[in-house]
Amino acid sequence: MTIKQISVFIENKTGQLSEFISLLADNNIDLQALSMAEAQDYGVLRIVVDKPEETAELLRANEWPCSVTDVLAVMVPDKPGSLTKILSVIAENNIGLAYSYAFLSKTQGHACVVLRVDDNDGVQKILENAGVID
Amino acid sequence: MERYYQPEIETMPREELKKLQSERLVKQVQHVYDNVPYYRAKMDAKGVKPSDIKGVEDLHKLPFLSKDDLREAYPYGLLAKPLEECVRIQSTSGTTGRRVVAFYTQHDIDLWEDCCARAITAVGGTKEDVCQVCYGYGLFTGGPGLNGGSHKVGCLTLPMSSGNTDRQLQFMTDLKATILCCTPSYAAYLAESAIESGLRKDLCLKAGIFGAEAWTQEMRNDIEEKLGIKAYDIYGLTELSGPGVSFECSAQGGMHICEDHFIAEIIDPVTEEVLPYGQKGELVFTAITKEAFPMIRYRTRDICVLNEEPCSCGRTHIRMSKPMGRSDDMLIIRGVNVFPSQIETVLLNKGMSANYQIIVDRENNSDTLDVEVEMPPELMSDSVAVIAKKEKEIVMALKAMLGIMAKVHLVAPKSIARSEGKAVRIIDKRKLY
Repeated sequence: MTIKQISVFIENKTGQLSEFISLLADNNIDLQALSMAEAQDYGVLRIVVDKPEETAELLRANEWPCSVTDVLAVMVPDKPGSLTKILSVIAENNIGLAYSYAFLSKTQGHACVVLRVDDNDGVQKILENAGVID
Repeated sequence: MERYYQPEIETMPREELKKLQSERLVKQVQHVYDNVPYYRAKMDAKGVKPSDIKGVEDLHKLPFLSKDDLREAYPYGLLAKPLEECVRIQSTSGTTGRRVVAFYTQHDIDLWEDCCARAITAVGGTKEDVCQVCYGYGLFTGGPGLNGGSHKVGCLTLPMSSGNTDRQLQFMTDLKATILCCTPSYAAYLAESAIESGLRKDLCLKAGIFGAEAWTQEMRNDIEEKLGIKAYDIYGLTELSGPGVSFECSAQGGMHICEDHFIAEIIDPVTEEVLPYGQKGELVFTAITKEAFPMIRYRTRDICVLNEEPCSCGRTHIRMSKPMGRSDDMLIIRGVNVFPSQIETVLLNKGMSANYQIIVDRENNSDTLDVEVEMPPELMSDSVAVIAKKEKEIVMALKAMLGIMAKVHLVAPKSIARSEGKAVRIIDKRKLY
C-alpha cells in the first residue's frame, strides 16, 4: 500500500535531532519509523508517523522545512530471506529504487518495508503477482 | 641611492607640481565638458562651468562621480574620445552594472605603464632585473599594467599570469627572477610552496610588489622573512587605469600617489565635505591626464589617510596609507571585488531565501568565502541528491557571477542571527585593517 512519508531538513548541528523529536513528542505524535540520509551540512530525516497530515502542518507552523511523499510500504514475514525476494523481483523488473528502509510492523511476525520507487501502484502489482508480499 | 623612473616629475617641488596639476585639471574639465554629455549634464545640474575651474583650489566645486554613475553610463556613456582612438579595454570581474569597463587610448596606456615603471624602479628595479608577473593577464589590470611597466624599465619580463605554482617556482629559480609581482596572498602561498619543495635556497628574489588586496604588517613581515625580500605595496583601480596609481618606495611608509596624473582628496563619506590631510576619510581621485575614460572626483569608497610629510626617498608626491576599510560593503576576496548584493541576486534567482550570511576568512594566507543560506521550505525534497544538486547550482551561479568559488551551506530556517529583525550579512574574520 501507499503511505505518506515526511522528509525533514535537519541541520548538522548538535541538538537538532533531539529538538525535532521533542516537538513530535510534545504533540503526541507516534513515530513509527525513522531513517536519516546525511550530507555534509545537513541530513534528510525520513519518518513515518500515525498522523502524517497533522504532523506536516505542525512542522510547517514551526518552520521545519519538510515535504510529504507517497511511498510504497509492503508487509513481509519477519524472517530471513523476505527482503531478498522483494529486491530480486525489483531488480529483475529493472525498477529504479531510490532508497529503502524497514521497520517492525504492529502485526505480529511481520515487517514493513518502505520502497521509494516512481510508480507505487505498478510496483505493488508486480510484487503481488510475484507472490513475494503478504 | 634612491632611483626614480621619472626623476624630474617624481621629485618636482610641490609648488611646481601644484601648478602642473592646475593646468592639467583646467584642460581636463574642459575636455570632459566638451566631449561627455554625461559630465556636462552633471556640471550643469550643479551650476559649474569649465571657466569656474581655474586651478586645484576649485576642484571642490565639481560634482562627484560614483560607481552608480559608471553603472548608469555603461558602457560608452563616460567615453571622452571617439572609439576609433581607443586601443584597449580592461575590466573588473562581476556582472553588468557592477563590472567596470574602462577604455584606453595608446597615450593612456603609456601613462599607466609609466606609473607601473615608477613603482618597479622605486623597489630598486633596473634593466638588469628579471621581473616575474603573476597577476592575472587579460581583462584584469594587474598583469597588463606591471607587464608594461616592467618593459619600460627594461627588466626581462616573465609574463606568467596567475596559477600553476610549480611552474611559477620553476621559472623563478631557473630564470633567476629578482622581482615578484602578485597579490600578497599568492606571495605568501608561493613562499610556503618554495620552502616545502626545497627550492627556497635557489631563489634570487630581492623585492616584491604586492597589491590588489588588503594585507597587514604581520603578513608583510611573514612574506619578507620567508622569501628573503623586501615586500612593497601598490595601489590602483581599473576606473583610474590599474595598479600604479600609488606605490611604496624604499621607506615602506605609505604609497606615493602619482600626483601628476591623479589629484587625491579625502572626504567625509556621509557629508561629502573635503577633509584636511592627516584625517581619515574616503579617498577621491581626479584623473587629470586620462584621455579616453577620465574620472573627475571619483569616489573610490576606500577609507584611508593622506600624508604630505616629506619622504626620506626624495619623492615629493604625497603618500596614502593602506586602505583601512570601505565606505560601502564591498569585499575584496582573493583580489576580486565582491558585493553582497551580487550574492543576494544569485540566491534569490535560485529560489533561496533572503536570509543569508557571508563569512570571509583567511586560511594559510588565502581568502575563503562561505555563504550560509536558510533552507526555504519549498525546496525540501525527500532526496539528498535533489538538494545537493540545488546547492551545486548555486555554487556554479556564484562562480559565474563573482568569478571565484564560494562554499554554500544550507542551514535551518531562523538559524542565522538577526539584529533588529535583519540578518547580519557579512562576517569578515580576516582582521585586515
